[in-house]
Amino acid sequence: MEDLPDAEVPHTDPVPPRFHTGRLPNSKAGDGKPRLLLMGQRRSGKSSISSVVFHKLPPSETLYLETTTRIKKESMHSFMDFQVWDFPGHLDYFDPAFDVDNIFEEIGALIWVIDAQDEYLEAIMRLNTTILNLQHSYPNINVEVFVHKVDGLSEDYKGDTFRDIIQRVQDELSDHGYENAPVSFYQTSIYDHSIFEAFSKVIQKLIPQLPTLEALLNSLCQTCHIEKAYLFDIMSKIYIATDTSPTDLGSYEICSDYIDVVIDVSEIYGWDRPTEDGDAEAQETGNNDAESLITMERKGNNYLYLREINKYLALICLMGDDSPADKKAVIDYNVGVFQTALKQVFPRAERDVEATEAVE
Amino acid sequence: MNTTKRQKQRKVLLMGKSGAGKSSMRSIVFSNYVAKDVRRLGATIDVEHSNIKFMGNLMLNLWDCGGQDGFVENYLTHQRTHVFSSVAVLIFVFDIESREFAADVVSYGSIVRALAENSPGAKVFVLVHKMDLVQSRLRQQLFDERAEYIKQASENFKDTVEFFPTSIWDQSLYKAWTQIIYYLIPNARGIEGLLRELAEVVDARELILYERTTCLMVTHVTRGVETGNPFTDRFERISSILKTHKQSMAKHTGIPAGSSNFAEMQIKTGRFMFFITRLTENTNLAASIPASEQVFNAARVNIMLVRPRFAELDIASKPRPAVQQAFAHSAESGSGLGMGAMDGEDGRGKGKERERGFE
Repeated sequence: MEDLPDAEVPHTDPVPPRFHTGRLPNSKAGDGKPRLLLMGQRRSGKSSISSVVFHKLPPSETLYLETTTRIKKESMHSFMDFQVWDFPGHLDYFDPAFDVDNIFEEIGALIWVIDAQDEYLEAIMRLNTTILNLQHSYPNINVEVFVHKVDGLSEDYKGDTFRDIIQRVQDELSDHGYENAPVSFYQTSIYDHSIFEAFSKVIQKLIPQLPTLEALLNSLCQTCHIEKAYLFDIMSKIYIATDTSPTDLGSYEICSDYIDVVIDVSEIYGWDRPTEDGDAEAQETGNNDAESLITMERKGNNYLYLREINKYLALICLMGDDSPADKKAVIDYNVGVFQTALKQVFPRAERDVEATEAVE
Repeated sequence: MNTTKRQKQRKVLLMGKSGAGKSSMRSIVFSNYVAKDVRRLGATIDVEHSNIKFMGNLMLNLWDCGGQDGFVENYLTHQRTHVFSSVAVLIFVFDIESREFAADVVSYGSIVRALAENSPGAKVFVLVHKMDLVQSRLRQQLFDERAEYIKQASENFKDTVEFFPTSIWDQSLYKAWTQIIYYLIPNARGIEGLLRELAEVVDARELILYERTTCLMVTHVTRGVETGNPFTDRFERISSILKTHKQSMAKHTGIPAGSSNFAEMQIKTGRFMFFITRLTENTNLAASIPASEQVFNAARVNIMLVRPRFAELDIASKPRPAVQQAFAHSAESGSGLGMGAMDGEDGRGKGKERERGFE
């Protein structure tokens, strides 16, 4: 009997952290980061996308970006470390001089940007060549096609172009005997939130824990009568999970703008104050996660709730009528439970946070 | 008591060359426009009047004067007394990009002369607009040069004229308008005094009073360590944040921006706690307090309790502060007028302004 507890130890071991990095089966090295490759024709908007999404450049300023001549690698340190590689448009990706294995081995997703306002036939041709080439060696790569710059098109024309591109890509792939290719399509523009929404979907595919997260959010929504809950990556404003009720761009935009409000105000008042007295200092350590609440004046309007989950993630909820603000204590408690559950899902992220905090 | 509730009209002239950005800034500050929407605005023909209900019984009677030469000529000749009499504030807008700066200043000179004749007690604010078009390292220098030059042409108002660099693309617009509004509010001192008292009681680091519809700051009180806050432009920044949030809510929920007000916004972090809540009919109070739940809750309750006192301050009859006598009309000068009187006029004033916004 005394041996039994010891015998059980292997089973209670936490799952090896390797599993929690959101890596796909085709990645070879154990410690690498998943990569997002941005590819497409010249001037299709690849560098603009990466500057707007990852560097918070105002969209109007992207006019002045210079042509990319070398592969630009950016590392994102967020809840999930990943790299974004911005490729120059003129490059032939399968030139023998090019280290193909090196580029594609760690890849999480290939994002192909097509300029919807330009001639796109050549872009589709190159896209298909790339997909077919990759199919042999790396069948697990997600190919994500961004039909970009749709803001300049009329509503009808936008839909037509989008369907035309999907049709052409799929036809050509099946002509080459490649049915059901793992290709997804998105309409994007840097002038609204659609590019963030598209990136959110791309990233979500790289998170193996997504079903768990969705289930957790679903049960949270059900218990607290939340209309819509998003789990946001604070820095990039990409959402990594939401409950499974239908999404619309509007509620995403409200939440995303809400994060801005909280961050901006926190910047203004979060400065390093000289310590006032020991008493205040002791209290301040008590409540480190930011939380915020906006209630609307008119009856029947939604209200917003934000809670910082850890260094990288924030939970934002749109609340409906039947979940009044005076039940906030109950909601707080349930969100606390959700937070604990999330810690078990992302043990690695939590450890990282503790490690960096220790360094600081 | 009825007499004290009467509206206090303040005539504000908004002038400047055609295309300088007068109507644009008016739409952004008072009509919930977003900066990029103003390109839809057409040229202003003659004078557009708008009555803006601000802080209860302070009514801004804003004259947005079309800046084309023909109109200006007309203001200075036929309508001279009509336009320039009993003016409280003249806001003159200069376009920094203007190719004929010297000519603009000449026109400014004649307007100021007309103002001096008809309302010598008026105050002049000069806004040097579209500063975003100048390279950031040259901005300050260019602004100083222009300001000096304009000052020389200001005649009687040389010593009192104030200058602000503005742009609709950042918070500088709010900064300038905050100063203008502060000047117009009849009993700013009284409000400030009460606010300071309140700050002591709730142990707030900072209290900021905002007007509800425009999100412009009325006044603020800063205590203790918060005076060292490195963000000296924080009041305008919060104005700007609030306004952006309001527009975001309006856009995605389909409610008109005028009525998409929040009842309360709280932000709690490990370093500070912050909340904005409604104080009176027309004002929001923002409070930054130490990070402690007890202080936070106590502050909320106290602010709720103090509401009637602020409302009372609006209609209390007491002598007008000396500063204001310069442009007080003789008929009304005996009564103290303040903010937030809740009378039936309220909805109408705002309604008018909204109609304007959608024209």
